[in-house]
Amino acid sequence: MNRYSIFTLARNALSHHEHWQRAWRSPEPQRRYDVVIVGGGGHGLATAYYLAKEHGVRSIAVLERGLIGLGNSGRNTTIVRSNYLWDESAHLYEHSLKLWEGLSRRLNFNVMFSQRGVLNLAHNLHDLRELRRRVNANRLNAIDSDILTTQEVQRMVPALNCAADARYPVLGASLQRRGGTARHDAVVWGFARAADALGVDIIQNCEVTAIRQRDRRVTGVETTRGSIAADKLGVVVAGHASVLAQMAEIRLPIESHPLQALVSEPIKPVLDTVVMSNAVHVYVSQSDKGELVIGAGIDAYNSYSQRGSFPVVEASVSALVELFPSFRRLKMLRQWAGIVDVCPDASPIISKTPVRGLYFNCGWGTGGFKATPGSGHVFAHTIARDEPHALNAAFALERFTTGALVDEHGAAAVAH
Amino acid sequence: MLRIACPWCGPRAEIEFSYGGEAHIALPEAADALDDAAWAQYLFMRTNPKGRHLERWVHTHGCRRWFNVVRDTASERIAAVYQPGAEPPEDAR
Repeated sequence: MNRYSIFTLARNALSHHEHWQRAWRSPEPQRRYDVVIVGGGGHGLATAYYLAKEHGVRSIAVLERGLIGLGNSGRNTTIVRSNYLWDESAHLYEHSLKLWEGLSRRLNFNVMFSQRGVLNLAHNLHDLRELRRRVNANRLNAIDSDILTTQEVQRMVPALNCAADARYPVLGASLQRRGGTARHDAVVWGFARAADALGVDIIQNCEVTAIRQRDRRVTGVETTRGSIAADKLGVVVAGHASVLAQMAEIRLPIESHPLQALVSEPIKPVLDTVVMSNAVHVYVSQSDKGELVIGAGIDAYNSYSQRGSFPVVEASVSALVELFPSFRRLKMLRQWAGIVDVCPDASPIISKTPVRGLYFNCGWGTGGFKATPGSGHVFAHTIARDEPHALNAAFALERFTTGALVDEHGAAAVAH
Repeated sequence: MLRIACPWCGPRAEIEFSYGGEAHIALPEAADALDDAAWAQYLFMRTNPKGRHLERWVHTHGCRRWFNVVRDTASERIAAVYQPGAEPPEDAR
Protein backbone atom coordinates (compact mmCIF):
# COMPACT_ATOMS: atom_id res chain seq x y z
CA MET A 1 0.00 0.00 0.00
CA ASN A 2 1.35 3.40 -0.96
CA ARG A 3 1.05 5.68 2.02
CA TYR A 4 -0.86 8.89 1.57
CA SER A 5 1.03 12.04 2.58
CA ILE A 6 1.55 15.62 1.53
CA PHE A 7 4.48 14.41 -0.58
CA THR A 8 2.53 11.75 -2.49
CA LEU A 9 -0.21 14.32 -2.99
CA ALA A 10 2.28 16.76 -4.50
CA ARG A 11 3.92 14.07 -6.62
CA ASN A 12 0.58 12.87 -7.99
CA ALA A 13 -0.52 16.42 -8.66
CA LEU A 14 2.36 16.65 -11.16
CA SER A 15 0.84 13.74 -13.12
CA HIS A 16 -2.69 15.16 -12.91
CA HIS A 17 -3.70 12.55 -10.30
CA GLU A 18 -3.93 9.85 -12.95
CA HIS A 19 -1.50 7.39 -11.39
CA TRP A 20 -2.82 6.83 -7.89
CA GLN A 21 -2.64 3.22 -6.84
CA ARG A 22 -6.07 1.59 -6.50
CA ALA A 23 -7.14 1.82 -2.86
CA TRP A 24 -8.04 -1.88 -2.73
CA ARG A 25 -7.84 -4.88 -5.05
CA SER A 26 -10.81 -6.68 -6.59
CA PRO A 27 -9.72 -10.30 -6.19
CA GLU A 28 -11.54 -13.41 -7.38
CA PRO A 29 -12.92 -15.33 -4.39
CA GLN A 30 -10.72 -18.20 -3.23
CA ARG A 31 -12.22 -21.59 -2.47
CA ARG A 32 -11.60 -21.33 1.24
CA TYR A 33 -10.83 -18.78 3.96
CA ASP A 34 -10.18 -19.03 7.68
CA VAL A 35 -12.73 -16.30 8.33
CA VAL A 36 -15.45 -15.00 6.04
CA ILE A 37 -17.20 -11.76 6.97
CA VAL A 38 -20.60 -11.26 5.35
CA GLY A 39 -21.31 -7.57 4.82
CA GLY A 40 -18.97 -4.96 3.39
CA GLY A 41 -20.17 -1.97 5.36
CA GLY A 42 -18.12 -0.07 7.87
CA HIS A 43 -18.67 -2.65 10.62
CA GLY A 44 -17.73 -5.61 8.41
CA LEU A 45 -14.62 -3.99 7.01
CA ALA A 46 -13.56 -2.81 10.46
CA THR A 47 -14.01 -6.37 11.72
CA ALA A 48 -11.79 -7.70 8.94
CA TYR A 49 -9.20 -5.00 9.59
CA TYR A 50 -8.94 -5.74 13.31
CA LEU A 51 -8.93 -9.51 12.69
CA ALA A 52 -5.89 -9.07 10.45
CA LYS A 53 -4.23 -6.32 12.46
CA GLU A 54 -4.70 -7.45 16.04
CA HIS A 55 -5.39 -11.17 15.85
CA GLY A 56 -3.02 -12.15 13.08
CA VAL A 57 -5.68 -13.92 11.00
CA ARG A 58 -4.16 -14.16 7.54
CA SER A 59 -6.94 -15.61 5.41
CA ILE A 60 -9.99 -13.33 5.49
CA ALA A 61 -12.64 -12.45 2.96
CA VAL A 62 -15.33 -9.77 3.18
CA LEU A 63 -18.33 -10.61 0.99
CA GLU A 64 -20.51 -7.73 -0.10
CA ARG A 65 -23.81 -8.11 -1.96
CA GLY A 66 -23.35 -4.88 -3.93
CA LEU A 67 -20.53 -2.39 -3.60
CA ILE A 68 -18.94 -1.67 -0.26
CA GLY A 69 -20.46 1.13 1.75
CA LEU A 70 -23.67 1.40 -0.26
CA GLY A 71 -25.90 0.03 2.48
CA ASN A 72 -26.42 1.76 5.80
CA SER A 73 -22.79 2.95 5.84
CA GLY A 74 -23.75 5.32 3.05
CA ARG A 75 -27.23 6.06 4.37
CA ASN A 76 -26.71 7.45 7.83
CA THR A 77 -26.36 10.93 9.28
CA THR A 78 -22.74 10.36 10.40
CA ILE A 79 -23.19 11.28 14.06
CA VAL A 80 -20.64 10.00 16.55
CA ARG A 81 -21.14 10.17 20.34
CA SER A 82 -20.94 7.92 23.38
CA ASN A 83 -23.36 9.45 25.90
CA TYR A 84 -25.35 6.30 26.62
CA LEU A 85 -27.10 5.65 29.91
CA TRP A 86 -26.15 2.17 31.08
CA ASP A 87 -22.60 1.11 31.94
CA GLU A 88 -22.52 -1.68 29.35
CA SER A 89 -23.42 0.60 26.44
CA ALA A 90 -21.44 3.57 27.73
CA HIS A 91 -18.29 1.44 27.86
CA LEU A 92 -18.88 -0.02 24.40
CA TYR A 93 -19.63 3.31 22.67
CA GLU A 94 -16.87 5.11 24.56
CA HIS A 95 -14.45 2.40 23.39
CA SER A 96 -15.58 3.19 19.89
CA LEU A 97 -15.25 6.95 20.36
CA LYS A 98 -11.69 6.48 21.58
CA LEU A 99 -10.93 4.48 18.44
CA TRP A 100 -12.43 7.28 16.31
CA GLU A 101 -9.93 9.66 17.92
CA GLY A 102 -6.77 8.88 15.98
CA LEU A 103 -8.45 6.65 13.41
CA SER A 104 -7.37 8.82 10.46
CA ARG A 105 -3.74 8.48 11.49
CA ARG A 106 -3.95 4.74 12.09
CA LEU A 107 -5.70 4.06 8.79
CA ASN A 108 -3.62 6.65 6.90
CA PHE A 109 -6.92 7.86 5.52
CA ASN A 110 -8.67 11.07 6.47
CA VAL A 111 -12.05 10.00 7.86
CA MET A 112 -12.81 13.67 8.54
CA PHE A 113 -13.70 12.99 12.14
CA SER A 114 -14.85 16.34 13.46
CA GLN A 115 -15.46 16.63 17.20
CA ARG A 116 -17.85 19.52 16.87
CA GLY A 117 -20.00 18.50 19.83
CA VAL A 118 -23.42 16.89 20.04
CA LEU A 119 -26.34 18.67 21.70
CA ASN A 120 -29.44 16.86 22.93
CA LEU A 121 -32.26 19.32 23.50
CA ALA A 122 -34.75 19.26 26.36
CA HIS A 123 -38.17 20.69 25.58
CA ASN A 124 -39.91 19.98 28.86
CA LEU A 125 -39.13 19.28 32.47
CA HIS A 126 -39.12 15.54 31.99
CA ASP A 127 -36.63 15.78 29.10
CA LEU A 128 -34.39 17.91 31.29
CA ARG A 129 -34.50 15.45 34.18
CA GLU A 130 -33.76 12.54 31.86
CA LEU A 131 -30.82 14.43 30.34
CA ARG A 132 -29.47 15.30 33.80
CA ARG A 133 -29.71 11.68 34.79
CA ARG A 134 -27.86 10.62 31.65
CA VAL A 135 -25.19 13.30 32.04
CA ASN A 136 -24.57 12.17 35.61
CA ALA A 137 -24.38 8.54 34.50
CA ASN A 138 -21.95 9.51 31.73
CA ARG A 139 -19.72 11.36 34.16
CA LEU A 140 -19.59 8.34 36.46
CA ASN A 141 -18.30 6.45 33.42
CA ALA A 142 -15.69 9.17 32.70
CA ILE A 143 -17.52 10.29 29.55
CA ASP A 144 -17.48 14.03 28.99
CA SER A 145 -20.96 15.40 29.31
CA ASP A 146 -22.43 18.72 30.37
CA ILE A 147 -25.79 20.35 30.89
CA LEU A 148 -26.25 23.68 29.17
CA THR A 149 -28.80 26.34 30.08
CA THR A 150 -31.09 27.86 27.48
CA GLN A 151 -28.79 30.89 27.21
CA GLU A 152 -25.73 28.71 26.69
CA VAL A 153 -27.52 26.73 23.99
CA GLN A 154 -28.57 29.94 22.27
CA ARG A 155 -25.00 31.26 22.32
CA MET A 156 -23.73 28.05 20.82
CA VAL A 157 -26.47 27.75 18.18
CA PRO A 158 -27.69 31.23 17.22
CA ALA A 159 -30.05 29.90 14.56
CA LEU A 160 -32.02 27.82 17.09
CA ASN A 161 -35.33 29.24 18.24
CA CYS A 162 -34.90 29.44 22.01
CA ALA A 163 -37.77 31.87 22.60
CA ALA A 164 -39.96 31.12 25.59
CA ASP A 165 -43.08 31.02 23.42
CA ALA A 166 -41.59 28.68 20.80
CA ARG A 167 -43.59 25.62 19.77
CA TYR A 168 -40.77 23.50 21.22
CA PRO A 169 -39.19 25.67 23.94
CA VAL A 170 -35.57 24.82 24.70
CA LEU A 171 -35.21 24.38 28.45
CA GLY A 172 -31.62 23.24 28.19
CA ALA A 173 -29.50 20.60 26.55
CA SER A 174 -26.83 18.03 27.19
CA LEU A 175 -23.56 18.49 25.36
CA GLN A 176 -20.91 15.93 24.60
CA ARG A 177 -18.02 17.98 23.29
CA ARG A 178 -16.04 14.98 22.05
CA GLY A 179 -18.98 13.88 19.91
CA GLY A 180 -19.40 15.06 16.36
CA THR A 181 -19.47 13.74 12.84
CA ALA A 182 -17.25 11.80 10.46
CA ARG A 183 -17.29 11.31 6.72
CA HIS A 184 -19.26 8.07 6.21
CA ASP A 185 -17.71 7.06 2.88
CA ALA A 186 -14.20 7.78 4.08
CA VAL A 187 -14.66 5.43 7.04
CA VAL A 188 -15.64 2.61 4.70
CA TRP A 189 -12.87 3.36 2.22
CA GLY A 190 -10.29 3.83 4.96
CA PHE A 191 -11.05 0.47 6.57
CA ALA A 192 -11.27 -1.22 3.16
CA ARG A 193 -7.88 0.13 2.07
CA ALA A 194 -6.21 -0.72 5.39
CA ALA A 195 -7.75 -4.21 5.47
CA ASP A 196 -6.78 -4.86 1.86
CA ALA A 197 -3.20 -3.86 2.65
CA LEU A 198 -3.18 -6.55 5.34
CA GLY A 199 -4.25 -9.17 2.77
CA VAL A 200 -8.03 -9.17 3.28
CA ASP A 201 -9.92 -10.09 0.10
CA ILE A 202 -12.80 -7.65 -0.41
CA ILE A 203 -15.22 -9.37 -2.77
CA GLN A 204 -17.97 -7.16 -4.13
CA ASN A 205 -21.12 -8.12 -6.03
CA CYS A 206 -21.12 -11.40 -4.13
CA GLU A 207 -24.39 -12.18 -2.38
CA VAL A 208 -24.61 -14.98 0.14
CA THR A 209 -27.48 -17.31 -0.77
CA ALA A 210 -27.01 -20.07 1.81
CA ILE A 211 -25.02 -20.88 4.92
CA ARG A 212 -23.57 -24.39 4.93
CA GLN A 213 -23.28 -26.25 8.20
CA ARG A 214 -22.67 -29.78 9.41
CA ASP A 215 -23.74 -30.94 12.89
CA ARG A 216 -24.50 -27.34 13.82
CA ARG A 217 -21.02 -26.21 12.83
CA VAL A 218 -20.38 -23.72 10.01
CA THR A 219 -18.54 -25.07 6.98
CA GLY A 220 -18.99 -22.22 4.50
CA VAL A 221 -21.36 -20.24 2.35
CA GLU A 222 -22.99 -20.46 -1.04
CA THR A 223 -22.77 -17.23 -2.96
CA THR A 224 -23.68 -15.82 -6.34
CA ARG A 225 -19.99 -16.25 -7.15
CA GLY A 226 -19.73 -19.89 -6.08
CA SER A 227 -19.15 -21.84 -2.87
CA ILE A 228 -16.68 -20.56 -0.33
CA ALA A 229 -15.56 -22.72 2.56
CA ALA A 230 -14.85 -21.08 5.89
CA ASP A 231 -13.93 -22.15 9.42
CA LYS A 232 -15.63 -19.14 10.88
CA LEU A 233 -18.36 -16.90 9.59
CA GLY A 234 -19.07 -13.41 10.90
CA VAL A 235 -22.37 -11.92 9.78
CA VAL A 236 -22.71 -8.15 10.03
CA VAL A 237 -25.42 -7.16 7.56
CA ALA A 238 -27.59 -4.66 9.48
CA GLY A 239 -31.14 -4.70 8.08
CA HIS A 240 -30.71 -8.13 6.50
CA ALA A 241 -29.65 -9.87 9.72
CA SER A 242 -32.90 -11.84 9.94
CA VAL A 243 -32.54 -13.01 6.33
CA LEU A 244 -29.07 -14.42 7.02
CA ALA A 245 -30.19 -15.83 10.37
CA GLN A 246 -32.96 -17.72 8.63
CA MET A 247 -30.36 -19.36 6.39
CA ALA A 248 -28.76 -20.75 9.55
CA GLU A 249 -32.13 -21.64 11.10
CA ILE A 250 -31.76 -19.12 13.91
CA ARG A 251 -34.45 -16.75 15.09
CA LEU A 252 -33.44 -13.23 16.06
CA PRO A 253 -35.31 -10.66 18.15
CA ILE A 254 -34.89 -8.17 15.34
CA GLU A 255 -37.26 -6.27 13.10
CA SER A 256 -36.13 -4.25 10.08
CA HIS A 257 -37.46 -0.74 9.61
CA PRO A 258 -36.70 2.11 7.22
CA LEU A 259 -34.90 5.04 8.83
CA GLN A 260 -35.13 8.13 6.67
CA ALA A 261 -32.80 11.04 6.22
CA LEU A 262 -32.58 13.96 3.86
CA VAL A 263 -30.14 16.57 2.72
CA SER A 264 -30.77 20.24 1.89
CA GLU A 265 -29.20 22.38 -0.76
CA PRO A 266 -25.75 23.62 0.33
CA ILE A 267 -25.68 26.91 2.20
CA LYS A 268 -23.05 28.99 3.97
CA PRO A 269 -21.93 27.85 7.43
CA VAL A 270 -24.84 28.18 9.83
CA LEU A 271 -24.48 25.26 12.23
CA ASP A 272 -21.12 24.13 13.61
CA THR A 273 -22.36 21.43 15.94
CA VAL A 274 -24.89 18.57 15.93
CA VAL A 275 -28.35 19.33 17.30
CA MET A 276 -30.60 16.43 18.26
CA SER A 277 -34.04 16.41 19.75
CA ASN A 278 -35.42 13.10 20.93
CA ALA A 279 -38.82 14.52 21.76
CA VAL A 280 -39.58 15.78 18.26
CA HIS A 281 -37.55 13.12 16.41
CA VAL A 282 -35.21 15.28 14.42
CA TYR A 283 -31.47 15.80 14.34
CA VAL A 284 -29.39 18.02 12.14
CA SER A 285 -25.81 18.91 11.33
CA GLN A 286 -24.12 20.73 8.48
CA SER A 287 -21.73 18.87 6.23
CA ASP A 288 -18.47 20.31 5.00
CA LYS A 289 -20.16 20.86 1.64
CA GLY A 290 -22.70 23.11 3.35
CA GLU A 291 -25.68 20.78 3.09
CA LEU A 292 -27.85 20.32 6.15
CA VAL A 293 -27.99 16.62 6.97
CA ILE A 294 -31.34 15.92 8.59
CA GLY A 295 -32.38 12.69 10.20
CA ALA A 296 -35.96 11.57 10.78
CA GLY A 297 -37.50 8.82 12.85
CA ILE A 298 -38.10 5.24 11.78
CA ASP A 299 -41.20 4.09 9.95
CA ALA A 300 -43.25 1.96 12.32
CA TYR A 301 -43.75 -0.99 10.00
CA ASN A 302 -41.26 -3.71 8.96
CA SER A 303 -39.70 -3.03 5.59
CA TYR A 304 -36.69 -3.76 3.42
CA SER A 305 -37.59 -1.26 0.73
CA GLN A 306 -35.12 1.59 1.55
CA ARG A 307 -37.84 4.16 0.87
CA GLY A 308 -40.02 4.91 3.86
CA SER A 309 -43.23 6.87 4.01
CA PHE A 310 -43.66 10.59 3.49
CA PRO A 311 -45.49 11.38 6.78
CA VAL A 312 -42.34 10.47 8.74
CA VAL A 313 -40.26 12.99 6.81
CA GLU A 314 -43.02 15.55 7.07
CA ALA A 315 -43.16 15.20 10.86
CA SER A 316 -39.40 15.64 11.20
CA VAL A 317 -39.14 18.58 8.84
CA SER A 318 -42.07 20.37 10.44
CA ALA A 319 -40.34 19.99 13.80
CA LEU A 320 -37.08 21.17 12.28
CA VAL A 321 -38.53 24.42 10.97
CA GLU A 322 -40.04 25.11 14.38
CA LEU A 323 -36.59 24.68 15.92
CA PHE A 324 -34.78 26.58 13.14
CA PRO A 325 -37.23 29.04 11.57
CA SER A 326 -34.55 30.22 9.11
CA PHE A 327 -34.44 26.75 7.51
CA ARG A 328 -38.00 27.23 6.26
CA ARG A 329 -36.96 28.34 2.79
CA LEU A 330 -34.44 25.59 2.15
CA LYS A 331 -35.00 23.12 -0.64
CA MET A 332 -34.28 19.48 0.05
CA LEU A 333 -32.05 17.78 -2.49
CA ARG A 334 -32.16 14.11 -1.58
CA GLN A 335 -34.14 11.78 0.64
CA TRP A 336 -33.40 8.15 1.35
CA ALA A 337 -33.95 5.38 3.88
CA GLY A 338 -31.58 2.86 5.36
CA ILE A 339 -32.95 -0.44 6.65
CA VAL A 340 -32.13 -0.59 10.33
CA ASP A 341 -32.19 -3.75 12.44
CA VAL A 342 -34.03 -2.79 15.58
CA CYS A 343 -33.70 -4.81 18.79
CA PRO A 344 -36.39 -4.76 21.51
CA ASP A 345 -33.95 -3.08 23.94
CA ALA A 346 -32.34 -0.74 21.36
CA SER A 347 -28.96 -2.35 22.00
CA PRO A 348 -26.87 -4.40 19.60
CA ILE A 349 -26.25 -8.13 19.50
CA ILE A 350 -22.55 -9.02 19.17
CA SER A 351 -22.61 -12.66 19.86
CA LYS A 352 -21.82 -16.29 19.30
CA THR A 353 -24.81 -18.30 18.10
CA PRO A 354 -26.16 -21.84 18.58
CA VAL A 355 -24.20 -22.73 15.41
CA ARG A 356 -20.49 -23.18 16.18
CA GLY A 357 -18.24 -20.92 14.15
CA LEU A 358 -21.11 -18.58 13.32
CA TYR A 359 -21.12 -15.10 14.85
CA PHE A 360 -23.66 -12.33 14.50
CA ASN A 361 -23.12 -8.61 14.88
CA CYS A 362 -26.48 -6.91 14.41
CA GLY A 363 -29.28 -5.03 16.08
CA TRP A 364 -27.51 -1.65 16.00
CA GLY A 365 -30.83 -0.21 14.95
CA THR A 366 -30.79 3.51 14.44
CA GLY A 367 -27.33 4.14 15.86
CA GLY A 368 -24.70 1.91 14.30
CA PHE A 369 -22.49 4.42 12.54
CA LYS A 370 -20.95 5.84 15.69
CA ALA A 371 -19.93 2.36 16.76
CA THR A 372 -18.15 1.39 13.53
CA PRO A 373 -14.57 1.03 14.83
CA GLY A 374 -15.57 -0.26 18.26
CA SER A 375 -18.03 -2.77 16.85
CA GLY A 376 -15.41 -4.11 14.45
CA HIS A 377 -12.83 -4.24 17.22
CA VAL A 378 -14.86 -6.30 19.71
CA PHE A 379 -16.46 -8.46 16.99
CA ALA A 380 -12.99 -9.36 15.66
CA HIS A 381 -12.04 -10.39 19.20
CA THR A 382 -15.23 -12.46 19.53
CA ILE A 383 -14.51 -14.29 16.27
CA ALA A 384 -10.78 -14.78 16.78
CA ARG A 385 -11.02 -16.02 20.38
CA ASP A 386 -14.42 -17.67 20.08
CA GLU A 387 -15.44 -15.74 23.19
CA PRO A 388 -16.75 -12.21 23.65
CA HIS A 389 -14.53 -9.27 24.49
CA ALA A 390 -15.24 -7.94 27.99
CA LEU A 391 -17.00 -5.00 26.34
CA ASN A 392 -19.53 -7.05 24.39
CA ALA A 393 -20.16 -9.88 26.85
CA ALA A 394 -23.40 -8.17 27.91
CA PHE A 395 -24.56 -7.97 24.29
CA ALA A 396 -24.98 -11.70 23.72
CA LEU A 397 -28.05 -13.23 22.13
CA GLU A 398 -28.73 -15.04 25.44
CA ARG A 399 -29.80 -11.82 27.12
CA PHE A 400 -33.24 -12.23 25.60
CA THR A 401 -33.57 -15.53 27.44
CA THR A 402 -32.03 -14.44 30.73
CA GLY A 403 -33.87 -11.12 30.69
CA ALA A 404 -30.67 -9.08 31.22
CA LEU A 405 -31.65 -6.51 28.60
CA VAL A 406 -29.69 -3.28 28.11
CA ASP A 407 -32.54 -0.85 27.65
CA GLU A 408 -31.18 2.14 25.76
CA HIS A 409 -34.33 3.52 24.19
CA GLY A 410 -33.71 6.89 25.83
CA ALA A 411 -30.09 7.31 24.80
CA ALA A 412 -30.33 5.52 21.49
CA ALA A 413 -33.04 7.96 20.48
CA VAL A 414 -33.52 7.94 16.74
CA ALA A 415 -30.09 9.00 15.59
CA HIS A 416 -27.72 7.19 13.32
CA MET B 1 -47.15 6.17 1.76
CA LEU B 2 -49.15 2.98 2.10
CA ARG B 3 -52.83 2.80 1.24
CA ILE B 4 -54.45 0.27 3.48
CA ALA B 5 -57.90 -1.18 2.95
CA CYS B 6 -59.55 -1.38 6.36
CA PRO B 7 -61.99 -4.35 6.22
CA TRP B 8 -64.69 -2.12 7.72
CA CYS B 9 -63.96 1.35 6.32
CA GLY B 10 -62.31 0.69 2.96
CA PRO B 11 -59.06 2.10 1.59
CA ARG B 12 -57.51 4.89 3.65
CA ALA B 13 -54.12 6.59 3.97
CA GLU B 14 -51.46 5.03 6.16
CA ILE B 15 -51.53 7.93 8.65
CA GLU B 16 -54.95 6.81 9.89
CA PHE B 17 -53.50 3.51 11.05
CA SER B 18 -51.09 2.23 13.67
CA TYR B 19 -48.86 -0.76 13.18
CA GLY B 20 -49.12 -3.71 15.52
CA GLY B 21 -46.22 -5.92 14.47
CA GLU B 22 -46.19 -9.54 13.38
CA ALA B 23 -49.56 -11.28 13.46
CA HIS B 24 -50.49 -14.72 14.84
CA ILE B 25 -48.21 -14.54 17.87
CA ALA B 26 -50.46 -16.05 20.50
CA LEU B 27 -49.70 -16.28 24.18
CA PRO B 28 -48.71 -19.92 24.66
CA GLU B 29 -51.13 -22.06 26.58
CA ALA B 30 -50.07 -22.98 30.11
CA ALA B 31 -47.98 -19.81 30.21
CA ASP B 32 -47.12 -20.40 33.86
CA ALA B 33 -45.24 -23.55 32.88
CA LEU B 34 -43.07 -21.93 30.19
CA ASP B 35 -39.31 -21.95 30.56
CA ASP B 36 -37.16 -18.86 29.83
CA ALA B 37 -36.32 -19.94 26.29
CA ALA B 38 -40.00 -20.33 25.40
CA TRP B 39 -40.76 -16.93 26.90
CA ALA B 40 -37.96 -15.40 24.82
CA GLN B 41 -39.47 -16.94 21.69
CA TYR B 42 -42.88 -15.54 22.51
CA LEU B 43 -41.78 -12.09 23.67
CA PHE B 44 -38.86 -11.21 21.45
CA MET B 45 -38.14 -13.51 18.51
CA ARG B 46 -39.69 -12.42 15.22
CA THR B 47 -39.78 -13.78 11.69
CA ASN B 48 -38.94 -10.42 10.06
CA PRO B 49 -39.06 -11.83 6.51
CA LYS B 50 -37.96 -10.07 3.36
CA GLY B 51 -41.13 -10.73 1.38
CA ARG B 52 -44.63 -11.74 2.51
CA HIS B 53 -45.28 -10.59 6.06
CA LEU B 54 -48.40 -11.28 8.09
CA GLU B 55 -48.95 -8.28 10.32
CA ARG B 56 -51.47 -6.47 12.49
CA TRP B 57 -52.79 -2.96 11.98
CA VAL B 58 -55.37 -0.93 13.87
CA HIS B 59 -57.49 1.81 12.33
CA THR B 60 -56.63 4.31 15.08
CA HIS B 61 -58.20 7.36 13.50
CA GLY B 62 -61.17 5.50 12.07
CA CYS B 63 -63.16 2.56 13.39
CA ARG B 64 -60.39 1.70 15.91
CA ARG B 65 -60.64 -1.98 15.05
CA TRP B 66 -57.76 -4.40 14.59
CA PHE B 67 -57.20 -6.49 11.47
CA ASN B 68 -54.46 -8.40 9.70
CA VAL B 69 -52.60 -7.54 6.52
CA VAL B 70 -50.44 -9.57 4.13
CA ARG B 71 -47.77 -7.17 2.89
CA ASP B 72 -44.56 -7.69 0.95
CA THR B 73 -41.79 -5.99 2.96
CA ALA B 74 -39.57 -5.65 -0.11
CA SER B 75 -42.10 -4.16 -2.55
CA GLU B 76 -44.59 -2.70 0.00
CA ARG B 77 -47.42 -4.29 -1.99
CA ILE B 78 -50.41 -5.34 0.11
CA ALA B 79 -51.67 -8.72 -1.06
CA ALA B 80 -54.63 -9.15 1.26
CA VAL B 81 -56.44 -7.85 4.31
CA TYR B 82 -58.26 -10.22 6.63
CA GLN B 83 -60.04 -10.31 9.95
CA PRO B 84 -58.28 -10.90 13.25
CA GLY B 85 -58.46 -14.50 14.32
CA ALA B 86 -58.87 -15.68 10.72
CA GLU B 87 -56.27 -17.57 8.75
CA PRO B 88 -54.59 -15.61 5.92
CA PRO B 89 -56.32 -16.13 2.54
CA GLU B 90 -54.95 -19.11 0.61
CA ASP B 91 -53.80 -17.12 -2.43
CA ALA B 92 -52.00 -14.50 -0.33
CA ARG B 93 -49.89 -16.82 1.81
